[in-house]
Amino acid sequence: MTRVSVARFVAVMVKEFIQMRRDRLTFAMMVGVPILQLVLFGFAINADPKRLPTAVLVADPGPFARTLVAALDNSGYFDITRAVAGEAELDRLLAEGSVQFAVTVPAGFGRDLQRGTRPVLLVEADATDPAATSNALAALAVIARQALDPDLTGPLAPLRSTPDPVELRVHRRYNPEGITQYNVVPGLMGVVLSMTMVMMTALAVTRERERGTMENLLAMPVRPFEVMLGKIVPFVCVGYLQVVLILGAAKLLFDVPLLGSLTLLSLVLVLFIAANLAVGFTFSTLAKNQLQAMQMSFFYFLPSILLSGFMFPFRGMPGWAQAVGEILPLTHFLRIVRGILLKGNGAAEIAGEVAALALFLAVVTAIALKRYRQTLD
Amino acid sequence: MTPTPAVPPAIDVRGLVKRFGTRTVVNDVSIRVGQGQIYGFLGPNGSGKTTTIRLLCGLLTPDAGEGTCLGLDIRTQSAAIKRQVGYMTQKFSFWEDLSIAENLDFVARMYGVPDRRRKVAAALERLGLGNRRAQLAGELSGGWKQRLALAACILHEPKLLLLDEPTAGVDPKARREFWEEIHRLAGEGLTVLVSTHYMDEAERCHEIAYIAYGTLMVHGPVDRVVAESGLRTRLVEGGDPRRIAADLEGKPGVEMVAVFGSRLHVSGTDAAALDAALKPWMGGPWMDGQAVRVVETEPTLEDVFIHLMNRSTDNFS
Repeated sequence: MTRVSVARFVAVMVKEFIQMRRDRLTFAMMVGVPILQLVLFGFAINADPKRLPTAVLVADPGPFARTLVAALDNSGYFDITRAVAGEAELDRLLAEGSVQFAVTVPAGFGRDLQRGTRPVLLVEADATDPAATSNALAALAVIARQALDPDLTGPLAPLRSTPDPVELRVHRRYNPEGITQYNVVPGLMGVVLSMTMVMMTALAVTRERERGTMENLLAMPVRPFEVMLGKIVPFVCVGYLQVVLILGAAKLLFDVPLLGSLTLLSLVLVLFIAANLAVGFTFSTLAKNQLQAMQMSFFYFLPSILLSGFMFPFRGMPGWAQAVGEILPLTHFLRIVRGILLKGNGAAEIAGEVAALALFLAVVTAIALKRYRQTLD
Repeated sequence: MTPTPAVPPAIDVRGLVKRFGTRTVVNDVSIRVGQGQIYGFLGPNGSGKTTTIRLLCGLLTPDAGEGTCLGLDIRTQSAAIKRQVGYMTQKFSFWEDLSIAENLDFVARMYGVPDRRRKVAAALERLGLGNRRAQLAGELSGGWKQRLALAACILHEPKLLLLDEPTAGVDPKARREFWEEIHRLAGEGLTVLVSTHYMDEAERCHEIAYIAYGTLMVHGPVDRVVAESGLRTRLVEGGDPRRIAADLEGKPGVEMVAVFGSRLHVSGTDAAALDAALKPWMGGPWMDGQAVRVVETEPTLEDVFIHLMNRSTDNFS
């Protein structure tokens, strides 16, 4: 067997760079995808929706009802868009979907309150999408309890909310304001890299087979490792370009805190990018043509985006889904990148996740090299 | 140009077998090619020519058989063989999105050609492509692609050239120039194995081999192949060739009737039976006012090959 040759690796790499430069559309896609995703995920998506349209039916127009409605409005979660006269209309508005919430202040609300018989404040929510309503509903409990306190004076004072036996103190650390972008934008880095790196490598190798140039390549005295490395390195560069784009946007557009060491992040990135490229390379050894390679990439991309904790909370998934998620490199990378950027994690805190990435890379590279055939058999 | 006995053959393989699933594509093929020889490889489409060539250059591993290429074992030393072999694939297999110069440069790097830049420049000059070096390979016409492929294949100065139907779809002038180049290279000591469908190209080879359905039917110098076929051919001129052909078809002793314009080639292995079948036409009976003349002629290589093709059994069906 011939020794590993740097010259041949460089030859493959130079060729890939030239081909990449000629393929304008692909190159545009590699830069365009992160920008598009940044705009969509960064500006369009919000996991904590506020100012949700709300209709109120006030059957008892007393001062208490007014205070409650004002409190709802002030909480920021509710936007009182309609005041209706009857229950039928309230139902219709909810059914149409033109309001998210319907609040009913029943007749005799003020009277019952003063008597201390705990009147009912009915809040109906269109809970088809739990994510859209859950935060607003959580805020309700506090509103119902404390909003009326200023009005409960004199003989009504005993009705005021009493302090809990325990003083609850919550620190929302790392993202105190719960800004979605802080979570999403660093995660996007992993998503964009997963998507483009896997697909580009899978296509780059499959293309050789589809165009018949693979036969030529195989007839040359080149080792699989040299081909693999030569094909991968140009995409590592592209990957870094995407990272710079996203980090720049994170800082300048979304003001995401970059607490940890960027050097540490870029070191981990090598591992993560390589892991994705190895997946793409493996796909290319399985796919017969570029279409199949594309389909496999999507097949890989879907669980990556859904089970990694990028879109939905990882801990909210059942055990089997978490197990699948643990296999995916994106899961570990998300923990690392969020850890470094938002929590200021150092090498010690992320060591476990890095080890998982390294293991994944080793296994997939072994499969890729085993699958890559030096013959046409 | 004959090989001196002292020089070991460039290709010496015995009993090569290659199966894809249950299909035997190459069945017990043995080839021996002396150094500096041009060896023509003929046979119908799907006969196993390409597979045999791929076995020789290590792109496929044989299921049975053994032998050497340039003195190196084809089973265990394929990496070393690859470095000394130039293989031109049937379909253009250089990178269409690289320019001519970039393709040559890539190949030179892959083979570790010393003094790379000068060699690439020289190859471009020899091709007459010096001023089109920046043109993308994909934009070249068929003839130019073929010239580029050949130039790339010989850039690393291989000792053995494997050409798989190199002139398919190339015009006659380019084909002639191509063969002149092949002969020049062979003159310098390069061994060439070339597969082709063209009879005129076969006649330019030192030796030929005919393969059908994976089996090597005959091999040897062209005249010996023709002589050993045992085929007798009669040339029939005049009259209505199509009517005569229809009349002769299926008669005992007549194995093949081929129309060449106004002439007929009628062939068979049994001379007596062949002449008996032609008897009604011999001696010049008048047909539509035209004389029919039957003369003995040498079978052409094409007659021989069609004869071989008809005789061989299709083991795929």
